[in-house]
Amino acid sequence: MSRVYFSSAWAVAWRYLHNLYTKPAVFLPSLLFPLFFLAAFAGGLSAVGDAPGFGYYDFTAFQFCFVLIQASALAGVFAGFSIAADFEQGMGRRMMLATTHRSAIVLGFAIGAASRLIVTWVVITGVALIGGMGVAGGPVNLAGMYSLALLANVAALLFSSGIALRFRSLQAGPLMQMPVFIILFLAPVYVPQDLLSGWIEPAASVNPVTALLNAARSLMAGEPTGVLGAFAVAAGLIVVMGIWSIRGLRRAETAG
Amino acid sequence: MSQAAVAGREEFGPALPIQVAAMARLSITRLIRQPAAVVPTLIFPLFLLAVNAGGLSAATDIPGFPTDSYLTFAIGFTFIQSGIFSTMMAGQGLAQDIENGFFSRLVLTPMRQTALLSGQLAGLVLLGQFQALFYLAVGLAAGAHFEAGIGGYFVLAGLISIISVGFGGVGLIMAIRTGSGEAVQGMFPIMFVLLFFSSMALPRDLIQQDWYRFVATINPVSYLIEAIRSLFITGWDGEALALGFGVAIVLAITSITLAARSLKGRMLK
Repeated sequence: MSRVYFSSAWAVAWRYLHNLYTKPAVFLPSLLFPLFFLAAFAGGLSAVGDAPGFGYYDFTAFQFCFVLIQASALAGVFAGFSIAADFEQGMGRRMMLATTHRSAIVLGFAIGAASRLIVTWVVITGVALIGGMGVAGGPVNLAGMYSLALLANVAALLFSSGIALRFRSLQAGPLMQMPVFIILFLAPVYVPQDLLSGWIEPAASVNPVTALLNAARSLMAGEPTGVLGAFAVAAGLIVVMGIWSIRGLRRAETAG
Repeated sequence: MSQAAVAGREEFGPALPIQVAAMARLSITRLIRQPAAVVPTLIFPLFLLAVNAGGLSAATDIPGFPTDSYLTFAIGFTFIQSGIFSTMMAGQGLAQDIENGFFSRLVLTPMRQTALLSGQLAGLVLLGQFQALFYLAVGLAAGAHFEAGIGGYFVLAGLISIISVGFGGVGLIMAIRTGSGEAVQGMFPIMFVLLFFSSMALPRDLIQQDWYRFVATINPVSYLIEAIRSLFITGWDGEALALGFGVAIVLAITSITLAARSLKGRMLK
């Protein structure tokens, strides 16, 4: 049973990646957008790194951590778009008929979304290094940072798949993208959390992305802080979003 | 349809003001009937403003920063951002008309090109005025300073109108040339790049990266933002306003001229 299950998931993942890499119009924007944000934030705002109390060793590295989490989460959202497109075009129903355990479909898209991250990570990391980013963390720290980004990807994929399976239409695209975009920007994007002021300060303090971002930045700096808490938050998000996604799958099954 | 046929056809039918009014009514009615398209263009710039004002308030501590309120500094960007959204709305509306065949039917009527273009832009100018008032009210309520006072509001409204026409014209060019709403939407990231690679987040003289400062300096959007920003921070800065109005007028004339040429080409098809 498990062999058939994973075989189905691999087939869905392979199809997703094949479609992705044979359509530059779909793949390129998801690759270029993080680069654009990296250039705009790290280039245009570098003077912010000199603000009193900023205290991070490298402004490009500071922004890189945000872009890494953002790109990873949005890659999960884009996979949700593909699920919605498949159901809109009738492919989703065929996949549901062809799999014995339908959660293999979501698993397949999750594997595909995680696999596409490798290219995204290589490109944005390469561009950041060429742009002069300093890396203070060791290999274990960096592995932890990329693991957090992977978990953000899984959580975003499960969230967007829940929406996609409920609406089964690309028209639900903004419902997948906007909440993720908003929650990302309600974290300490430009300055450390201590320097936030006004309404965004309490918003950031209860935002789960803040824990991920702070931990990723601390790992990048080689001074891990709050890492276990961040992994716990990410795991909690994945559990909640997993339930949301599976319930969406049940809705799709009921709808036929 | 030949050029002579187009010219001859335009000799008949209602006078130009009546045609413009009819197209303007269509454009405005379309806006009113599509709250789902209009509301996000109002709300999204405010969200980014709120995030930036909170997240970047520490930037006001940088030596040489022109104000102690990042909200006052950043609000100019909000007006331009909504102008960029206007590009998409104008293009989307006309592309929709081309896709569903309404444009072809219009071409068969004695409607003049001038009426078609100015009518399409009328709704955007109205929306621009509403946005200007809305953002100014929200900004002032949130604590932004508007140094230029009442007179400055009229200057702001005038500049916003020209910017709406300029960016709207760009949207019309894209719609007329591609005839596809999807293609118009696809141009959105490019417009966003123009917005982000400008002096939106910091004054140009405080941008440390040379390449970024160069891009922001040659980016006309920087001058539009700086003109509006000057009304909030310094009050009446002749140089910033002259540059802003100059860029806006050149943009409006160029985009409308190119849109008219593209329209003529499509009508002849």
